[in-house]
Amino acid sequence: MSALTLTLKHRPDQRVDMSPLVPHLLEGLEPVQIAALELQTGKRKVRVDELFTISGSDIQTIVIKNSFSKLDFIGKELQGGSIKVEGDAGAYLGFGIKSGEIEVDGNSGLYTGCEMKKGFIKITGNAGDFLGGALPGNKMGMKGGTILVKGNVGERAGDHMRRGNILIEGNAGDYCGSRMTAGTIAVMGQTGRFLGYAMRRGTLLLWNQPQLSASFNDCGAHTLAFLPILFASFKKLNSKFADTSIAFNRVQRYAGDMSEIGRGEVLVKLG
Amino acid sequence: MIINGVTIDATFAEAFPMKATRAIITAQNEKWAMISAQAMTGFATSVIACGCEAGIERVLDPSETPDGRPGVSIMIFAMGGKGLAKQLETRAGQCVLTSPTSALFAGIDGGTRIALGKNLRYFGDGFQVSKLIDGKRYWRIPVMDGEFLTEATTGQVEAVGGGNFLVLAESQPQALAACEAAIEEMRKIPNVIMPFPGGVVRSGSKVGSKYKSLGASTNDAFCPTLKGATKTDLSPEIESVMEIVIDGLTKEDIDKAMRVGIQAVCDLGAANGIKRISAGNYGGKLGPFHFHLQEIMA
Repeated sequence: MSALTLTLKHRPDQRVDMSPLVPHLLEGLEPVQIAALELQTGKRKVRVDELFTISGSDIQTIVIKNSFSKLDFIGKELQGGSIKVEGDAGAYLGFGIKSGEIEVDGNSGLYTGCEMKKGFIKITGNAGDFLGGALPGNKMGMKGGTILVKGNVGERAGDHMRRGNILIEGNAGDYCGSRMTAGTIAVMGQTGRFLGYAMRRGTLLLWNQPQLSASFNDCGAHTLAFLPILFASFKKLNSKFADTSIAFNRVQRYAGDMSEIGRGEVLVKLG
Repeated sequence: MIINGVTIDATFAEAFPMKATRAIITAQNEKWAMISAQAMTGFATSVIACGCEAGIERVLDPSETPDGRPGVSIMIFAMGGKGLAKQLETRAGQCVLTSPTSALFAGIDGGTRIALGKNLRYFGDGFQVSKLIDGKRYWRIPVMDGEFLTEATTGQVEAVGGGNFLVLAESQPQALAACEAAIEEMRKIPNVIMPFPGGVVRSGSKVGSKYKSLGASTNDAFCPTLKGATKTDLSPEIESVMEIVIDGLTKEDIDKAMRVGIQAVCDLGAANGIKRISAGNYGGKLGPFHFHLQEIMA
């Protein structure tokens, strides 16, 4: 059985809500029934086969070809299986994902992995603002799982993050780790201004010295025993994070945000 | 059955079900991992008065430990799950948390989960940090030498306690030398501990006592100084008897340990004063696990 492959025929003017195209909602549907499903785009609904050429039938493995930045809600509340996106993905990729894997070989838009529960999201390109964040007004962002971004990410990555890992090979924008409640964000590249703004708990693990706000206090240089275990857990990833030569356990520890409860930490690689 | 001049009695050791857990202690070097492990498994020779039976299973190479540092694997056995959990937590808190450079990890992945560092975290007074890595929860507790890292839980499994054999020798030094040789071999077997001091017990007990308040008392049938004063089980030439008690995760683990231990004793043989191997049992009434010596050595 080959993967259910949806090849975009043309780029619609309006954004498309792709949330019906997830394995658990396609279970038991024949290809003709999948073709007849309706997707919201702008203020109208269109049939799946109006936008996509459909081939293959394995609904546990979905491939979206010719994807572009207006295909929103890909893999919404995914409960298992995998989705591969060839091209870019729109906003809310992997929104509330409960398990399974999503891989994008281009860029992804705003709110990637928003309120994610578990599972794995890999972005080969860049990711937009509020990566792993919470919906506006909500207090809890990503609650588990791992997001790996090989490129750069926008502002407020990990906003209100509660648990899980966000691994960024490139740079992170301003307010990275803002309002974090817990979890780990690792950034190999540079970070922007207001790092960890109002974070309560959680770890920001950095390879480069950041520009820290005055509300982060230096706790000194330390060798931390949990870091080798954390790095060992990255070994299975197809990423720079899996490379043992990038691992370290000697860090400068900064506690903050002291304007909040100050139980968060910024750990910066030493040596 | 006679091996190298040593008579193997046609009897059996009687063991009973226990609950067991394993933990891995690591430290900056093997010396400090061992110090912590010895403290954690101290005063844990018998459930009769210690609340649990504990021992060091083996030394771990850095490549075998979760944090890549030298480590020691310890096991704790108790009669019930509740008692086991209490002993584990108390010992972890007083003997590992306190020990310089130590870290503490689960030694059993499956089984019923019981608290390892889950409640020790409160020592952190709010400064403790939780990390969930690959589905395992760890606690980082700030302490004066840096940070104490501990896994939140470890596994509790069904196990077997009380496997044993007795070494009957012509002299005390010969009995001890034989037991030392046995222990050296038995420590190479995984999943077992010999909880008594140095693995050897010289005060084997029988059930009951003339004193009402005591549930167990000296095993007079095997006391050489009572050969003429009680219904003895010893022949005239026996001057000393020592026992090795084994707790293991399964009956098969204890079988293996008993086999290599008895073999090591028999290798010394009659020429070194070893006359008999026997075992302690209670007529089959106490425990469902029977280790027949002659079957094990067949």
